[in-house]
Amino acid sequence: MTQAQWIQRVVKPVAFLSALVPLGLLLWRGLNGELSANPISDITNETGTWTLRFLMITLAVTPLRRITGWSGIARFRRMSGLFAFFYGSLHFMTYLYLDQFFDINSILHDIPKRPFITVGFTAFVLMIPLAATSMDRIAKWMGGKRWRRLHRLVYATAIAGVIHYLWLVKADTRPPLTYAAILAVLLGYRIWVYVRPRLAQLRLPARKEAEPA
Amino acid sequence: MLIKNHDDIRSSEITPENLYYSRREFMRAASVAGIGLATEALFPHRLVGQERWPRGKEGLYDTDEEVNTFKEITTYNNFYEFGTDKSDPSEYSGDFKPRPWTVKVDGAVRKPAVYHLEDLVKPFKLEDRIYRMRCVEGWSMVIPWRGFPLADLIRKVEPTSKAKFIAFETVYRPAEMPGQRRSVLQWPYVEGLRMDEAIHPLTLLVVGLYGKELLNQNGAPIRLVVPWKYGFKGIKSIVKISFVEQQPPTSWNIYAPNEYGFYSNVNPEVDHPRWSQKTERRIGEFFKRKTLMFNGYADQVAHLYAGMDLRKYF
Repeated sequence: MTQAQWIQRVVKPVAFLSALVPLGLLLWRGLNGELSANPISDITNETGTWTLRFLMITLAVTPLRRITGWSGIARFRRMSGLFAFFYGSLHFMTYLYLDQFFDINSILHDIPKRPFITVGFTAFVLMIPLAATSMDRIAKWMGGKRWRRLHRLVYATAIAGVIHYLWLVKADTRPPLTYAAILAVLLGYRIWVYVRPRLAQLRLPARKEAEPA
Repeated sequence: MLIKNHDDIRSSEITPENLYYSRREFMRAASVAGIGLATEALFPHRLVGQERWPRGKEGLYDTDEEVNTFKEITTYNNFYEFGTDKSDPSEYSGDFKPRPWTVKVDGAVRKPAVYHLEDLVKPFKLEDRIYRMRCVEGWSMVIPWRGFPLADLIRKVEPTSKAKFIAFETVYRPAEMPGQRRSVLQWPYVEGLRMDEAIHPLTLLVVGLYGKELLNQNGAPIRLVVPWKYGFKGIKSIVKISFVEQQPPTSWNIYAPNEYGFYSNVNPEVDHPRWSQKTERRIGEFFKRKTLMFNGYADQVAHLYAGMDLRKYF
């Protein structure tokens, strides 16, 4: 087996099944009475947390690839992003069904009125076009440049997701701030990569001027 | 008042028998349709041999709603002194020693004293009260508390005319209470009531639940229960009760004054700035239910707030 085949046939299926483990554990705990006395709240929290985790994993792929030079890792970016969307969808469905019981009036009232719901909903909605354009054929049809531009929306989703978490906790902001710190590193890396060559360019002509003619 | 006053339950609140049975029919059908199955899957502990409170001799202030299980009441708690997760209080309160215990009563009273817990409780007749408990986070339980009216103690220590409010304080023991090692809130936890709220017959000093002594996670050995207010007003593990002239500071109000008021009466019309208070999830139930004004105790307590703007004094 070549390395590409090994990734395709072994590593990817293992990664796929691993990404389903949090859902499996949640179901198993639920069926065995190991969730808390408020299992619906547990389901909401777990699916929300795993949405954020998969967003962070997705955003970590490109920095890891650049730093380690291991290009094979890029093959997991789409899968991870789609799992973020998967857990985000479960999270949103839990809200629609168990929290609001599909009461459209109540939902329409709730989304704009509660800032933490507004940003959470925004984060989810912004993931939809990304999930919808995740297939190779669509990416090809769109063209790499346009596709990449569209998929920068993931930054907005991640920021909105972390703010959603921060705004919903009652007092203990440590867990959401942990996510904020991780996100700051992941986005900070990108800013650095973007800014560094431009700074170098700025410095270059300055040095030239200093040289005697 | 030994005889049940019919004012306490409006006849409109009593479900007609035929409707009651048709609801049962509906529930049966719904369970076949799946909701019941899902409920059973989510709440298996409610079915298999969990301790339930025996019903049948409800008193004047008791709700006849289904009581939550002992397990629910003792494993799903907010008690930040032991950690901020709901499971933290039951998991991390093992080192806490609720005995020996003293409670200091001071301030504007003729008989200030430091009581040993046993001496504080002994003079009073303990009773079981089945109250609704509504958390500010939007969930609720029905709990059979055991305690005595705070009014009994107030009468005994003889407050002076200067006593307009009562301030309560929780024990500060970071060695035994891991949550206190981090300043999530300002420790020790403090709470307060206006004097008329404190002497209201619904207001209890609680030393037990489910007919047993309070467990550490529920505020052992002695705590306050004010059923028409959000749960955090029910300060736990009390070491000090002070009678004061000015409105005392309260912990959640110090933390976020625009989110938690001094009164913190359960009120579906006044939302928390970040979430709605119109509905609540009763622990053990699948769907949310409507939150009632003053947590369903409006007939008993609404007069305390007559003429007050409850949006301003939230």
